[in-house]
Amino acid sequence: MSEATMVATAPAVESSLPYNDAVPGAVVGEWAADTDKALFVAPDKLTALLTHLRDKERYDLLSNVTCVDYSAYKGKARAGIAERFDVVYHLYSTKKGGGPVRLHVRVPENDTVPSATGVYPGANLQEREIYDLFGIIFEGHPNLRRVLTWEGFNGHPLRKDWKEAYFEEEAKPFKSRHPTGGYHWHEDKLPWGDNNTYPAGWDPDSWEAPVTYVPVSQAPHHGFGELDTQSIVINLGPHHPSTHGVFRMLTRMEGETILALEPEMGYLHRNHEKIGERNTWLMNMPFTDRLDYINSMSNNLGYALAVEKLLNIEVPERAQYIRVIMAELTRVINHTWSIGFILNDLGALQTPALYAIEEREMILDLFEEVSGARLMCNYLRFGGVVRDLTPGWEERAKYLVHDRLPRALDQLDGLLSGNEIVKARGRGVGYLSAQDLIALSVSGPMIRAAGVPYDIRKAEPYCIYDRFDFDIPTLPESDIYARYYIRLLEARESIKILQQALRDIPKKGEVLGGKGGYTFRPVEGEAYARIEAPKGELGYYVVSDNKANPYRYHVRAPSYINLNALGPMSVGYKVADAVVILGAIDIVLGEVDR
Amino acid sequence: MFGTGLLKGLGITLKHFTDTFTDDRRKEPSRYEGSTKLDDRRRIVDQPITQEGLFTIQYPEERRLLPERFRYIPMLIFDTEVGEDRCTACGICAKVCPPQCIWIVRDMDDAGKPVTRPAEFYIDAAVCMSCSFCTEFCPFDAIRMNHDYELAVYDRYPQLVYDKEELTVPLEYYAALWPTQFAEEQERRAKEKEEERRREEEKKAAAAAKAAAKAAGASTSEGGEAKPKRTKAELDAMKAQAAAKKEGSAVAETAAASAAPAADDAEAAAKKARLEEMKRKAAEKAAQRKKESGE
Repeated sequence: MSEATMVATAPAVESSLPYNDAVPGAVVGEWAADTDKALFVAPDKLTALLTHLRDKERYDLLSNVTCVDYSAYKGKARAGIAERFDVVYHLYSTKKGGGPVRLHVRVPENDTVPSATGVYPGANLQEREIYDLFGIIFEGHPNLRRVLTWEGFNGHPLRKDWKEAYFEEEAKPFKSRHPTGGYHWHEDKLPWGDNNTYPAGWDPDSWEAPVTYVPVSQAPHHGFGELDTQSIVINLGPHHPSTHGVFRMLTRMEGETILALEPEMGYLHRNHEKIGERNTWLMNMPFTDRLDYINSMSNNLGYALAVEKLLNIEVPERAQYIRVIMAELTRVINHTWSIGFILNDLGALQTPALYAIEEREMILDLFEEVSGARLMCNYLRFGGVVRDLTPGWEERAKYLVHDRLPRALDQLDGLLSGNEIVKARGRGVGYLSAQDLIALSVSGPMIRAAGVPYDIRKAEPYCIYDRFDFDIPTLPESDIYARYYIRLLEARESIKILQQALRDIPKKGEVLGGKGGYTFRPVEGEAYARIEAPKGELGYYVVSDNKANPYRYHVRAPSYINLNALGPMSVGYKVADAVVILGAIDIVLGEVDR
Repeated sequence: MFGTGLLKGLGITLKHFTDTFTDDRRKEPSRYEGSTKLDDRRRIVDQPITQEGLFTIQYPEERRLLPERFRYIPMLIFDTEVGEDRCTACGICAKVCPPQCIWIVRDMDDAGKPVTRPAEFYIDAAVCMSCSFCTEFCPFDAIRMNHDYELAVYDRYPQLVYDKEELTVPLEYYAALWPTQFAEEQERRAKEKEEERRREEEKKAAAAAKAAAKAAGASTSEGGEAKPKRTKAELDAMKAQAAAKKEGSAVAETAAASAAPAADDAEAAAKKARLEEMKRKAAEKAAQRKKESGE
């Protein structure tokens, strides 16, 4: 058990811990050696250790920053630790590959943690989320305010003592449902206006929404050229046809040029992670469908991989192939959708969009045939997939993959890649260098369109991807045109993988390993599994205390973290370009806000 | 020349445009091939995956053919073969439902003792997320996913809370909707019933044998002693096998090689002993039956 390998903060054992020769006193212990081993870090040495890791050890990608509230932890591993919160960091290297460096910083209640934004600017949105949902203050953060909940929200939702307004019981299944049949509508517990509580001393009537958020407030207000003109703040508000969902962008503009842009999100926040703590492990699977709601198979796959790390199940061969086929079909549907909507944002009114999603409809028909639903597939389970493919499915998939999809992608290529308007509006717009992108924790097609050949399917292969022969296309320009074209190239690589997978899939076999069952208790510990989702690095961080429900469940959403780059990428371009830059990042609000 | 990209794109759009009509005309005589006519105004259309060109399904006169596994809101099966609901109010569907939208009240008989039957069974269809966990984990094949998606109502409550009457469908409806799964299910249920019948018979035979042995036991020395499940030869054979496995491969091979002939003999003897036992039991049962029928 973990307590045997947990080390107390005694100076005598420091020399055996990693990085203590370079940054003495930074690493003070080890944690969770049975599952995903992590290092305890002293808060005051955190910045020094991160700088060392980034510069000397070349861990340039801060993938995941999250927090766990251990106040209700029933397992044995936490015995003897007094601090309530753990801030967790996962660091990867795009240059040398290899496993992550996992750091845990123990934070007692009401203490502060030095912000990582000085070393990794990509920690910006992630630390804001921790502040919002847990209440931990990060010293040195340039813009520490709530992000997923609104300014007048009372409390910090992911703390264990915070109960939602319609709270029924701590963990599902609720005892009231059977055999007595008790059921309460949430509406009965939320009469209009009565469910709201405000923070102490905060008056809703006298509060005014500030217009001057950082960095919009920090951009110059006037004095451009000979005439003393003023800059104005324009709000591309949440109700907008081109913001890919309810998403708000504040821009300070000098004429048509953007001086600063700040994204504001949280309009679709559904407290997915808290619901995840109430659910059992299996019940979370259909909820993951609804994260990135256009790519449900990928989300299922990430979650299944994370929990399978704690469960020690072997996935049968045929199920592995089915998973890869579904994941790559999902990549194709996401990229065609994304290309269509980048063009939509450019102003090509729906023609390329509908050409692009025509084949997507056929792939969704395939999904419906095998899982029962087009978008909310709920098809993967821990240990495989829930049902085998239907007879004739593989033939239809082969028709699509060998005949239809390559033709459709070539058609899109011919229609769009040479188009002078796309080139004029796309070349050179929204440029950000590869180093800046990685420092901002961006992942996925965006960094490959900047020349970084980092793809998790090659860097840390999961789920038999190492058996397939495919390339990682990269483009050097890192502008909107490159981000559109890289998706086309990646869709073609996905088709290559699909052709190989459909050729090699075993004709018959089990599709679900393990014992099945709807309730089980994984070993105590934590796991972080990440996949190359079509939008970037999708990671699931789960903490188990050997119960039927997760103790902590966090989704490292690529759309959310890629938005770190939106502000820096838009500076200097026109407001019309802001819409396309957002489109080229390819976000889905279900993932951004969870 | 500036504009070639645009011209090429326009050419592609034009080709796409004409293709829709040529494909339509090619398929025109058989546009409705494979579709099912319900009456003179309604039809169920199957869009093939090789479809190119324009094909608008004229809803609501035409509807799309749904795949078998399409899932929307669950339904309860009324087993017309047996004449009762399959549901036993075990509550597993209520336990696995992610939004917890199923609630069941177990029925009680006149004496107030619970019976395996639901008195009330509700699903809040407005909350149901169509995940089909309830159907996946029902041990009695009592709840399955329905295909009906035209459920719009004006009031969410109470019209979208489905009670047992609204949820129940006859077995034939389910068989027509899910033919493949129904066939597999029937096969599995027949096998399970066969298994259970065989087990019941064995249990009865064992009970009869025990009763007969007890009746005859007063006169023999075995009286009162429980008959061992396995004979001594069988036990020795099993012990040898377990010991061989424990000792590891190389040693086990030699041990197995030396124990194999002994084990084989022991196994053959054990098998013979089992057969003799079964013959004796069957003879006893026949004698018992004869006695009963004779009386």
